[in-house]
Amino acid sequence: MEPILKARNLVKRYGKVTALDHCDFDLMPGEILAVIGDNGAGKSSLIKAVSGAVIPDEGEVFLEGRKVHFTSPIDARHEGIETVYQTLAMSPALSIADNMFMGREIRKPGFRGKWLRQLDRAEMERIARDKLSELGLMTIQNINQAVETLSGGQRQGVAVARAAAFGSKVIILDEPTAALGVKESRRVLELILDVKSRGIPIILISHNMPHVFEVADRIHVHRLGKRLCVIDPKDYTMSDAVAFMTGAKEPPAQDVAA
Amino acid sequence: MSETAGNSQGYETDVSKPPEAVAEFDDPHRGVIGTVQHMLHVNPSLVPLIVLIASIAIFGLLLGTKFFSPFALTLILQQVQIVGIVAAAQSLVILTAGIDLSVGAIMVMSSVVMGQFTFRYGIPVEVSVACGLLCGTLIGFLNGWLVARVKLPPFIVTLGMWQIVLATNFLYSANETIRSQDIEANAPLLQVFGNTIQLGGARLTFGVVFMLALVFVLAYALKHTAWGRHVYAVGDDPEAAELSGVNVKRTLISVYALAGLICAFAGWALIGRIGSVSPTSGQLANIESITAVVIGGISLFGGRGSIMGTLFGALIVGVFTLGLRLMGADAQWTYLLIGVLIIAAVGVDQWIRKVSV
Ligand SMILES: Nc1ncnc2c1ncn2[C@@H]1O[C@H](COP(=O)(O)OP(=O)(O)OP(=O)(O)O)[C@@H](O)[C@H]1O
Ligand SMILES: [Mg+2]
Repeated sequence: MEPILKARNLVKRYGKVTALDHCDFDLMPGEILAVIGDNGAGKSSLIKAVSGAVIPDEGEVFLEGRKVHFTSPIDARHEGIETVYQTLAMSPALSIADNMFMGREIRKPGFRGKWLRQLDRAEMERIARDKLSELGLMTIQNINQAVETLSGGQRQGVAVARAAAFGSKVIILDEPTAALGVKESRRVLELILDVKSRGIPIILISHNMPHVFEVADRIHVHRLGKRLCVIDPKDYTMSDAVAFMTGAKEPPAQDVAA
Repeated sequence: MSETAGNSQGYETDVSKPPEAVAEFDDPHRGVIGTVQHMLHVNPSLVPLIVLIASIAIFGLLLGTKFFSPFALTLILQQVQIVGIVAAAQSLVILTAGIDLSVGAIMVMSSVVMGQFTFRYGIPVEVSVACGLLCGTLIGFLNGWLVARVKLPPFIVTLGMWQIVLATNFLYSANETIRSQDIEANAPLLQVFGNTIQLGGARLTFGVVFMLALVFVLAYALKHTAWGRHVYAVGDDPEAAELSGVNVKRTLISVYALAGLICAFAGWALIGRIGSVSPTSGQLANIESITAVVIGGISLFGGRGSIMGTLFGALIVGVFTLGLRLMGADAQWTYLLIGVLIIAAVGVDQWIRKVSV
């Protein structure tokens, strides 16, 4: 089967630091792929390179077999790739609705939208409210509330809702549950499974092994800027995975990535 | 799917039911001060509006009808029109967390282009005006390009551009003023913003009407168009804006270019205001526009504030200037009080930012 999103030989250097060192990556259609690795292993750099947020120094990215060259996150979004970045990427002073529709605002129909470029706030607020209630992630008091007045977990919820609402081909989540409470994390995991049932593949970066083992179909172990191996969570335990990721144990030969 | 693989203790299973509906409630613990803080957070131009109304009321009480008359009040509008227009441009730039020190120079340069093209080369005045507007837009575009593409700090770019444009202005115009009588006789279009509409005792110039219309149009664009939302997002956090799908560079360039165009209009209005085309006029426009923006409650850190506030800020300065002059006070008192207002405005901004209710 052809991977929906594939990367070969990605290299990304920040000055003397090599964040990605000839890294390969494969995401299969319809799967949940977890990416695990130590802090600083290069996980965020990897997903930024495939989502247009950074331009890799070397290497190629393929979407549905077609070579793509994203120069900004907008390019990736046009291709249906939605990302929740570790930093969440929200404008604190703007409202939840404004943030959810940033860069894809809905305009009023007719003259006012076409000529006066007027935004359809009511419609955007309605959709934003629907998406958030659908997620049931939080008790947002007011959809027009500025994002800076939300708690860290609520912000994460909004960012996840935004990606889930608009991603049509691939959804990338960089530590989406890091700031969430037990209940909220559970909703996000359910949301991930729900997105998968819609046939959309997901890349999940997480340090939470129970969550990873619960939802992932395959686990990409990232170490020192490259893919060390890809394992099936049914064949290994969490401590095996942690051992591979920290270098305490050699990965099994049949799973080592080419 | 290994539903329970990582969930052996089952402590999370209870919470997997869909939760209650999204709760909407008012926070009862906010208190009076908190409520005020919250209101200002939502509506940052309230502070300058209150200060404006209060200062009009105070001067009205002190001076009676000498101040509180349609004539005096519309005189204030006439006196702030140029600063008001330039401050509208400045507001856009400051909302993106930038600053434009070249606004005054762009304004004068554009007015000189309009005048010299008409009188030196005999170009039809309509074309000269268009060239002046284009000139302002191009300088603004260059500012924006240097800020967005070359990634130089706005302060440095516009500090340099200020000097360059001002020097060019003096060199090109040979420091020569075009006299009001000549303009009136040969190219009255240049003075069109000085035309007045008389409404009872009130006198509104076209320049004043333009300033008010400009502020309303920009307020609409900032609040009700995608471009406006992007301006705020870029000022708030440019990296976040970029990651969430805003074309940050294009937004920045559009803001600086639009600011340049507005300054060119200010240059046109300036000819209407002073009658002549003078390369030495408008030297204080950059400082005065920043003053209006700051008193108007727009944060110098970007992303917060409203352009209505800027209009109120410019009017506050105008009210103080005229009020104190009518009272016979030394002009230095005006500067002193403006200084106090600037510092107070920034203090209020910091206080509003603290709100996290
Ligand atoms: N913008 C940057 N400038 C300089 N160095 C960077 C930058 N971004 C990442 N790095 C470096 O690249 C390496 C990989 O970082 P990356 O953020 O990809 O790690 P990560 O696996 O996502 O870690 P974490 O689990 O902590 O999120 C680190 O050594 C980091 O210091
Ligand atoms: Mg990371």
